Amino acid sequence: MHHLIILPILLPLLSGLLMLVKRDSAVLPRRAIALVSTALLLTVSALLVIKSDSGEITYYALGDWQPPFGIILVLDRLSALMVCLTSFLALGSVAYACAGDDHKGSNFHGLFQLQLMGINGAFLTGDIFNLFVFFEVLLIASYSLLMHGGGKDRTQAGFHYVALNLAGSAMFLFALGVLYGTTGTLNMADMSQKVAALDPDRLGLLKAGAFLLLVVFGLKAAILPLYFWLPRAYSSAPAPVAALFAIMTKVGIYGILRIYTLIFGGGAGELANFVQPWLWWFALATLALGGLGVLSARDLRNQVAYLILISVGTLLVGVSMNREAPFAALLYYMIHTTLVSGGLFLLADAISEQRGKAGARIVPGRGVTQPALLGLFYFVGAATVVGLPPFSGAIGKALLLDSALPSEQPWLWSLLLLASLAGLVAMARSGSTVFWKAGRGDSEGPRLTPAMLAGLILLLGASPVLSILAGPITRFTDASAMQLLDQSAYAEAILSRNVAGGDS
Amino acid sequence: MEALFATVTGFLAASGLYLALRGRTFPVVVGLTLLSYAVNLFLFSTGGLTTNGAAVIRDGVTHYADPLPQALVLTAIVIGFAMTAFSVILAMRVRGDLGSDKVNDQRSEESKEDKS
Repeated sequence: MHHLIILPILLPLLSGLLMLVKRDSAVLPRRAIALVSTALLLTVSALLVIKSDSGEITYYALGDWQPPFGIILVLDRLSALMVCLTSFLALGSVAYACAGDDHKGSNFHGLFQLQLMGINGAFLTGDIFNLFVFFEVLLIASYSLLMHGGGKDRTQAGFHYVALNLAGSAMFLFALGVLYGTTGTLNMADMSQKVAALDPDRLGLLKAGAFLLLVVFGLKAAILPLYFWLPRAYSSAPAPVAALFAIMTKVGIYGILRIYTLIFGGGAGELANFVQPWLWWFALATLALGGLGVLSARDLRNQVAYLILISVGTLLVGVSMNREAPFAALLYYMIHTTLVSGGLFLLADAISEQRGKAGARIVPGRGVTQPALLGLFYFVGAATVVGLPPFSGAIGKALLLDSALPSEQPWLWSLLLLASLAGLVAMARSGSTVFWKAGRGDSEGPRLTPAMLAGLILLLGASPVLSILAGPITRFTDASAMQLLDQSAYAEAILSRNVAGGDS
Repeated sequence: MEALFATVTGFLAASGLYLALRGRTFPVVVGLTLLSYAVNLFLFSTGGLTTNGAAVIRDGVTHYADPLPQALVLTAIVIGFAMTAFSVILAMRVRGDLGSDKVNDQRSEESKEDKS
């Protein structure tokens, strides 16, 4: 089964193309194809997680061109985990979209599958230019998905998003040019070896390239000075798309985690770990600003967008600590926050649909049609996203707080806890406004369809499951963190000419 | 030749950046296009500038050019071209939907304030 590694890219590509064949066909077959393909993707990625758990780093050489010359896909614990997370989130979003959001514009499911292909490719690739190509694939699909259904607000948010990301892509290419010009390779494992033995004259140039790359990933991840596009774009996107976008910031964080531990990590000679001290302060500032933003939000969707910003800050603080324990903690927290914030976007949409004119705005208005059911979802979502026990947010945050060194504790503990408090205040306030200060709901109003319910249960219900399975999951994330910090094993697995080491 | 090449790339990038920061959609699109031209030239130069060099290995040839940047530029051109087309259409859509070609149209901001 050594072709398994490429399936998370091929599967969505094929189903996406299949849906392009008859553009005006009925909606039911498309839904069926999308659901089946995403469910298959989840199965494949679960198999990949099991395969990666042996601890062996395997690669798939496309066209059998061996590294460092050919393009390779690399499977290690981290990439398997990210692919699995993506497909689970996608299943929830697709299920929710089948309730009718997919019908508001053309080609929703096809674009959705192509975006999945881009995201999975970015997680799996072992070649830095290939990473750029997959970034473009996922961005191009996301441009159209963001504007799915149309509307003035979406068009304008979409133009900002597109212009910013085009500039980001240009910078990505500049950075790649500099890295290739100085090291002479594009394979990440090979680059990590070349960086360690680099001519000192070229260090400055390489450092400039590395910082440029950090700006690009920072733009995708929405770090403080580069986050301005996020609240607007996320809150105007259609709900299932916004839910999938919850993984998009994590693609940027994955990029930072991968590049700055592998290429510019501990083995990089003079450039070893030079980014992390910078990242630490920017991440803390993002955390603080996310806390302020969530208090100022006047719309449920905007509020969730700022909650994503808090999670980005939390994750990047973990990245900048650059040790095994914070990495393990942030990987657990990443699973939790991706699924829950995706679920909250869906919930905000369900609430706004049942409230009629008041929509998702946090104002007293008509009550929702199903206050008990939506209230329960809201309670679970709010409690887990701000990190109240017994849900998964509490475990993730406790792991991260616990992993801080005494010198880091004053900053991390105070800011992370204050941002969580801000989230708690904001969620409690908006919850009481929406559910308690509301008038009577229209009993004839729209109700949750089974598809919507399935999406909500999959994503928000993941949180209690994550707490119950915290033992096995943290064992896996611990092992992933250890594997991530062992750069020499990664390079050896890919560059040793011994073919038995890789699935070629 | 290096100096000329560097000047042209820098000038393109600078003009692209200036235009991309303008307040109307058309200059922004043109600016992003110029920026992508600068990127293409820059990528092309990363393998070192050689003239009359062969890109593919042949017998009896000793003077080679680095073929990889050429492949990269080809990819970048294709992606850049598609994105230019997309952003032109999008800019027209913004013009049609919002009735103005300003990137930050104040009117739609205000109407949003009124609602809340």
